[in-house]
Amino acid sequence: MSVLVDRNTKVICQGYTGRQATFHCRQAIEYGTQLVGGVTPGRGGQTHLERPVFDTVREAIQVTGAEASVIFVPPPFAADAILEAADCGLRLVVCITEGIPTLHMLRVKAALKDYDCVLIGPNCPGIITPDECKIGIMPGFIHRRGCVGVVSRSGTLTYEAVWQTTREGLGQSTCVGIGGDPIHGMNFIDALALFEADPETRGIILVGEIGGQEEEEAAEYIRHHVSKPVVAYIAGRTAPPGRRMGHAGAIVSGGRGTAEAKVAALRRAGVDVVDLPTDMGGRMKDCLT
Amino acid sequence: MNIHEYQAKALLSAYDVPVPAGKVVRSVEEVPGVLRELGGSCWLVKAQIHAGARGKAGGVVRVESPDAAERATGRLLGTRLITLQTGPEGLPVSAVLLEKATDIARELYLSVLIDRGSERVTFVASAGGGMDIEELASQQPEAILRFEVNPAVGFSAYQGREMAFALGLDAKQTGVLVKTLAGLYRLLQDKDTSQIEINPLALTSSGDLVALDAKLNFDDNALYAHPDIETLRDPSQEDEKERRAREHDLSYVTLEGVIGCMVNGAGLAMATMDLVKQCGGEPANFLDVGGGASAERVTEAFKIILSDSKVKAILVNIFGGIVRCDLIAEGIIEAVKEVHVGVPVVVRLEGTNADEGRRLLERSGLAIIAANDLLEAARKAVAAAQGGA
Repeated sequence: MSVLVDRNTKVICQGYTGRQATFHCRQAIEYGTQLVGGVTPGRGGQTHLERPVFDTVREAIQVTGAEASVIFVPPPFAADAILEAADCGLRLVVCITEGIPTLHMLRVKAALKDYDCVLIGPNCPGIITPDECKIGIMPGFIHRRGCVGVVSRSGTLTYEAVWQTTREGLGQSTCVGIGGDPIHGMNFIDALALFEADPETRGIILVGEIGGQEEEEAAEYIRHHVSKPVVAYIAGRTAPPGRRMGHAGAIVSGGRGTAEAKVAALRRAGVDVVDLPTDMGGRMKDCLT
Repeated sequence: MNIHEYQAKALLSAYDVPVPAGKVVRSVEEVPGVLRELGGSCWLVKAQIHAGARGKAGGVVRVESPDAAERATGRLLGTRLITLQTGPEGLPVSAVLLEKATDIARELYLSVLIDRGSERVTFVASAGGGMDIEELASQQPEAILRFEVNPAVGFSAYQGREMAFALGLDAKQTGVLVKTLAGLYRLLQDKDTSQIEINPLALTSSGDLVALDAKLNFDDNALYAHPDIETLRDPSQEDEKERRAREHDLSYVTLEGVIGCMVNGAGLAMATMDLVKQCGGEPANFLDVGGGASAERVTEAFKIILSDSKVKAILVNIFGGIVRCDLIAEGIIEAVKEVHVGVPVVVRLEGTNADEGRRLLERSGLAIIAANDLLEAARKAVAAAQGGA
C-alpha cells in the first residue's frame, strides 16, 4: 500500500510541452509513472514524448481516463490551470509552479471547497511512491520502497530525509512535498492522516520550517490521532525575524512561526524532534527497531 | 517589496483613504514653496526610509516655522538614518516628506493583510493606536478587533460598521471608516499588497479620520502584473548584495556572521545555516541557488558571497537531484578560478554523480576542502573560518 498514488495512477501534465515539463515528464516516464498525455492549449492533436497532446484537460480525461495532473504552467496562469483540473473532476492535482501570487491561491483555495480534489503544492517537489509512481521533480534514484512516510515543506531537505532513510535501509512508503508557499493545498495534517491509515507506513518523518502555524497544528493532531512514531526536523532556527527565507512562506513575523515554538509544540506532542538535519534517518531507525 | 511612506500615502489617497496634506522634497530649496502650498503654521518633517521607528531616531521632526523646517530638512537629507529597525549602518535619506501637522484627538491602529491560517483577507484594528500591535496582541488580545472577508463576496459595509462602533466612533466617522476599509480592500485586490498598515489612524479634534503613517508591502510574486508599482522601487533602500542576487534569480539574505553559505533549496539552505550555528559558527548569509543550480549561477553566487568582506570561509552544500554533482563541481572549480576566491571553500556534494564530483574537486589542485557529509562540512567550515581569523 501507499498513499494517494500507485502504479495504476494515470497522470496528465498541464503545460506539457514546456522545457521544464518535458524534462521532468521524461524522467517520470522512465521511472515507470503512467503518464498518459498532456495539455498545452493550441497544440492539441500533436504528439510529445510519444504521448498525445490535448487542448483542454476535459478532452485529455475523456481520451486517457487520467485521474491526476501535474502542473508546470508559468506562475501567472497556474491558478487557472489548477481550477481547470479541479473542475474537470481530477482527484489529485500536483502543482510544481513556484511564484504564484498569494491572492490567486486565496481564490483557488476558496473555489476548491466545491470539489473533491486534493491539491499538492504549489511550489513543491511533488509526490512519489517508490518503484510505482513519481509525480514531480524529485530525483527518483534516491528513493527505495519501504516503510517511512515523508511529508515536508521543502524540496531538497526532503531529499535529505529520503536519502538518509534509504541508506538506513528503511525506505519510503510515499513522500509528499506540500510546498513552501503560505497558502497551499494539502497540509501536514492531511498527510499524517493518510500515513496513519496506511498499513505499509510504519513511521513518519515530518520536515517543517519557520513561518505559519501548521507545525503547531500538526503537533496537536499527532497528540490525538497518530499512533505511529513521528520524527521531525524544523529548519530556520537562525533565520532573522521579518525576513523571507527563499520560500514565500518561510518568514517569522510578529513573533509567530518561530522554529523554537514549533519544536516545543511537537515535543510536547511526543514527536521526536532532531536538532540536526543529518539525524532524521538514524533517529527514525532507532524508533522502528 | 516595500515603498516609501509618501508613495504609500499617494496610493491610499487614490483609494479614498484620507491622508494629511503633504509633499515630498529632495532639496532644502523646495521647502518654502511647499510650506506655502500646504498652508498652516505647524508641519512635520519626515525622513523617507524603508524602516520604522523613525520618530525615536530623530527622523520625524515637528516644526513651527519655515526656518525650522528648512533646518530639519537640511539635517536629514543626505544622511543615513539609524533606527531600531535599520541595523547599525542605517538607511540613506534622499527624500523628506513635509506634512501639515494634524490636531490629534485619538489614535487608532488599522491594518489589512492576508491571513495564511484562515486563507482570507483579514482586517485588524485596535483602539490603541501608535503602539506596537504585536505587543498589544500578546498582552491584551481582547483589545484587537478583526474580521475576515469572504473572497466570493468581498468587503461588506456591515463589517466596517461593526468595527467602527466597537472602536467607539460616531455615525459620521463610521461612514468615513467604512469607506476607508472598502478602499483598502480594493487597493489590496488591485495591487496585490501583502500588507497595509496604518499606524496610527488619527481621529482629529474636528472629528475627521486621517492616516498619519502608512506602510505598504507588495507580493513579490505579483509584481509582474503591476509595472506601476515596480517603478516605486528604491534600490538605495535595499541591500546591495540582495539586489544583485535578485537580478540573477538567486534568493539571498544578508546575515551577521562570517561563514558564507551556498546551498540548493530554501529548506536545505536554512538547515545549513542552522547547522553552522550549531557547530559554533555564524552564517554570513542565506543563499538558495535553486533546485536547478547551474555553473553560471554558482559563479554568480560566489561573487555575491565574496563581496561581503566579513566572509572568512564558504560552505557549499549541494544535494544533486536533478542537477548532476559533477557539473556542479565543474562550476565550483571555474568559479574559484575566475573569481579568485581568497578564503577556504568547503564543499559537500551528495546525490547524482557525487563521487565523480568529489574526484573532480580533488584533482583540481585548488584549495577546496571536500566533506563527506553535511555535519562534517559544517564543522570544517567553522574550523576554517576560525583558522583564517
